[in-house]
Amino acid sequence: MSTYRVIHAGTSRSFPDAHPFLEGAQPDGDAFVFLGEHAGAAFIDNTPPGDAPFIAIELGTECLGEHTGESRGEEGCNIVGFARYRLGSAEPTALVELVRQPRTTPEALAAARTAFEAAGLVVAVCNDFPGRIVDRLVRPYFNAALRRLDEKLATADDLDKTLMLGLGYPEGPIALLERTGLEHHHDVTRALYDALGQEAYAPARRAQVARRRALRDAE
Amino acid sequence: MNEIRTVGIAGCGTMGAGIAIVAARAGFRTRIHDTRAEAIEKARTQTEAFLRKSVERGKLAPGKLPEVMAAWTGTTKLEDLADCDIVIEAVFEDLAVKHELFAQLDAVCPAHTIFASNTSTISITEIAGGSGRADRFVGMHFCLPAQLMKLVEMSPGINTTEATFETAWRFCEALGQKPVRTQDSPGFILNYFLIPFNNDAIRLVEQGVAEPADIDLAIKTALGYPMGPLELLDLVGMDTQRLLCEAMHGLTHEPRAACPPLVKRMIAAGHLGKKTGRGFHAYGDTKMFGA
Repeated sequence: MSTYRVIHAGTSRSFPDAHPFLEGAQPDGDAFVFLGEHAGAAFIDNTPPGDAPFIAIELGTECLGEHTGESRGEEGCNIVGFARYRLGSAEPTALVELVRQPRTTPEALAAARTAFEAAGLVVAVCNDFPGRIVDRLVRPYFNAALRRLDEKLATADDLDKTLMLGLGYPEGPIALLERTGLEHHHDVTRALYDALGQEAYAPARRAQVARRRALRDAE
Repeated sequence: MNEIRTVGIAGCGTMGAGIAIVAARAGFRTRIHDTRAEAIEKARTQTEAFLRKSVERGKLAPGKLPEVMAAWTGTTKLEDLADCDIVIEAVFEDLAVKHELFAQLDAVCPAHTIFASNTSTISITEIAGGSGRADRFVGMHFCLPAQLMKLVEMSPGINTTEATFETAWRFCEALGQKPVRTQDSPGFILNYFLIPFNNDAIRLVEQGVAEPADIDLAIKTALGYPMGPLELLDLVGMDTQRLLCEAMHGLTHEPRAACPPLVKRMIAAGHLGKKTGRGFHAYGDTKMFGA
């Protein structure tokens, strides 16, 4: 397994607290992991050597190409993007979405995967699209649940109960969003709506209300 | 409204047969109707096999098996449903077919009999409109496989009386099921959310966002779902998903409900899902629902 060093650049949503992945880093590691809300900028300011086993940049809602540049669908080298999936204020899950580009080398992808998996994380690989896998799939579903609640399809409890009993979900969408923060859902789905331009990602009314209230409370 | 003692099931397909198991197992006299004698015979054999397995697994007392089978009667004559207090329709998802059935049932059943439909997509009010008793009509959508799944989505039509709905609700609870109340709206709750969600997962594959295995792994790990959307689609079958999409999109015209082109190509290629050994994933066996 490649050794890796961690370059901190602001608050990390993926690793807000101590974690075996951080503990496994070495000051002189061969691979580079840029962590935090400014990870992309830190990478641009301190681009590591091209022969590193892998370079991993923590992503927010942006695409990896914003940091690496893109050209003719031929972009990609030893650089990958990543984010541990996390809903709003909930703890990060075990899932790492590992982002590749068209020409990302299999060796870099495998080395990054090994490093995350060695720390007990579960890796799903995806291409460089807005929302990666999970947000791309769940945000329209969350928006629809909020909209149908407004339209009185059923009560919040019955909506949640139906999806839990019918599909074995551990938690219904309304309870999940209220627990993790509707305003966070607003921010993610807004970013996806801007990137994709599809109505399904437009923030639901309840999410807009929650975001405005959060802003007002912060003033 | 009289207490419900005798239950009629119209339609002896997978859903009808499953609902009949639920009713007979809960102690109701259960009459299941189908015009095809072979369908009834098949349902009887499968019901006995299911109950035997339930006994083996300790889910059903051995002495209960003959009791349940004694409560279960199959018939090809619709008149045999004349003494039913409720009749649950579980026939093909076609409004004209359902209207024809309910018109016949209205002629043979007494006035107190409640009519229910297990439709998953068609409007309860529209079906009720051709039943001759729109005030005594409810939606009771069981989940597949009905004999294992507890959820029942219950919907009143516009003309359903509250007394009818309450009686049907209590009956549903007496079946040992867990009812939820939903508006009479396309797909009710479950299919309204599930069909577009699964289509979105198919579109991720179409657009090259990720491989099916990674999509399923991500959803299960991030959200704790027991099954990934593409694994679930492989169980549902691409042919069924296409029908569900056509029904839902035809009613709602919502873009997410439209059938993704990949589904049609997979059907053409014979990749229907688990039942053909290949869908989004490959399978070594084609057994369904642990049968």
